[in-house]
Amino acid sequence: MKQNKSNLEKRIIKNKIFYEIIKIFSYVLLIPLALILFYIIKNGIAYLNLDFFIKMPAPVGETGGGALNAIIGSFLIVGLSGLIAIPLGILIGIFLAEFKSHKINNLTRLAIETLQGIPSIIYGIVAYAWFVMPFGKFSGISASIALALMMLPMVAKATEESLKMIPYTLKEASYALGANYYTTIKKVVLPSCQKGITSGVLIGISRILGETAPLLFTAFGNAFLNFNMTKPINALPLLIYNYASSPYQEWHQIAWASSLFLIIIVLGLSIFSKNVIK
Amino acid sequence: MLTISSEKKNELFNYLLKGTGYFSLVLITLFLLTLCFNSMLSLKTLSLPFLFNSNWQPNTGNFGAAPFIIGTLFTSILALGISIPFSLSISIYIGYFLKNKKRKNTLETLIDLLAGIPSVIYGFWGLMVLVPIIIKIQTILGVIPYGVGILAASLILALMIIPYSVTLGKDVINLVPTDLIEAAIGLGATPYEVIKHIAIPYSFSGLFAGHLMAFGRAISETMAVTMVIGNRNFIPKSIMDPANTLASVIANEFGEASDPLYVSSLIELGLILLIITTIINIIGKIIIKAYTIETE
Repeated sequence: MKQNKSNLEKRIIKNKIFYEIIKIFSYVLLIPLALILFYIIKNGIAYLNLDFFIKMPAPVGETGGGALNAIIGSFLIVGLSGLIAIPLGILIGIFLAEFKSHKINNLTRLAIETLQGIPSIIYGIVAYAWFVMPFGKFSGISASIALALMMLPMVAKATEESLKMIPYTLKEASYALGANYYTTIKKVVLPSCQKGITSGVLIGISRILGETAPLLFTAFGNAFLNFNMTKPINALPLLIYNYASSPYQEWHQIAWASSLFLIIIVLGLSIFSKNVIK
Repeated sequence: MLTISSEKKNELFNYLLKGTGYFSLVLITLFLLTLCFNSMLSLKTLSLPFLFNSNWQPNTGNFGAAPFIIGTLFTSILALGISIPFSLSISIYIGYFLKNKKRKNTLETLIDLLAGIPSVIYGFWGLMVLVPIIIKIQTILGVIPYGVGILAASLILALMIIPYSVTLGKDVINLVPTDLIEAAIGLGATPYEVIKHIAIPYSFSGLFAGHLMAFGRAISETMAVTMVIGNRNFIPKSIMDPANTLASVIANEFGEASDPLYVSSLIELGLILLIITTIINIIGKIIIKAYTIETE
């Protein structure tokens, strides 16, 4: 009897230790997260002022300056990617969800899933081969293509998933009113999946906004203000990468401020999109 | 007149949808062909020994992929090893123990946050905060204080991939049938025993798939690794050594490569990277698919 009791005690103690270890490991992970956010906020907040948004980067040795060219470049590149990837992604998503028995449906799904799993640096190589090699110069357009390819599967998948949730009766009701397929999709199905698609689009944008690897040999970076998408153009992640590897204190400060700005947008977008769904 | 135009629209829309379906097939084919075509020169000239040659000196025409393949596997396996205790603990904690909805949501949001931070910011933070700490440790240990290297890269990578294994892990733990758990509790099992003998064996393939996918992420991760690995083209001998991975050597050298064979061999490195990650993704997806059918 006594031995039984001690055995039971052992098991209870074992269980307690296990539970505590699990708990500790779970919460310990929050320490690096807190540290990352702490350092970015601490170092970035002082330089995330008006100058950051309206001034060009200062030359080496001068303090102050901003990241105007990178901010504009990022929005131009991501904007064009969105213009390409959102309509195309939605159409492919509709195809995947609606044309289930079409002979290439499964192949298309495989293609989209393959595209999704491709390492980000490879998009850069392919966009380089498609748009930089033939024209002989780096350009904002090539960067937009690389990012659009990254965003495409996310939009397509989100569209497919939200179209699947639409009950068939809704479509039947629309058909019964005499609407054809196009009108049904446009006026009934798409409006009712608006939330799901919007959230997919927002997540896609937040993902490509922080992408650096595909921009390295497409957008390339540019020290000057540039609105021309056929020329090399700067972007926030590129600026962070280039300034981080530089030895200059002033550049590091701009990189911290850019990190803070980027993180606010990226995390803001993803949190916002999650709340849109709810 | 109006009905005809609307019918036409309908027809056009149908074609458009099918067209985009075909378009995506063309796109992915072109994508892969571009990689193959552009690495052809290197595939032909260097052929199979490329994979085993440990010498990478572009200026003397020596191209070998071995340092990068080994560097990639070294950092990724180490990162996976570091991440497993955390990802398993969090999966179990969220999926089994944590019943308080509010706390659960907070913890999940925080882990999503970790997944949302851009890779270049991880790299920047690693360079500015983590590397100096590693330099201090290396000085105390008496090894050459590079700071950057396999260790820094693996630590950052581990942090980045934990959310990926947790996303799937917490769900598969949550999917363990309640009657199984209750039966075990009814027999007098402690939560530890329930998890060890019921939950983990039951959800093993799901947990495995989640970690496999996370491993794939680690292999393909570029920016953060490029910034903290030290970019040295030799086979690393210890975790303190600077090294290079497949992705980081491309990121680092592709922009300045001018010799056609040099460019081509870098693209072949990309092709190798793509093949490795695709195989890992396919295995992961097959396991998940088999798993979802099994539990349904």
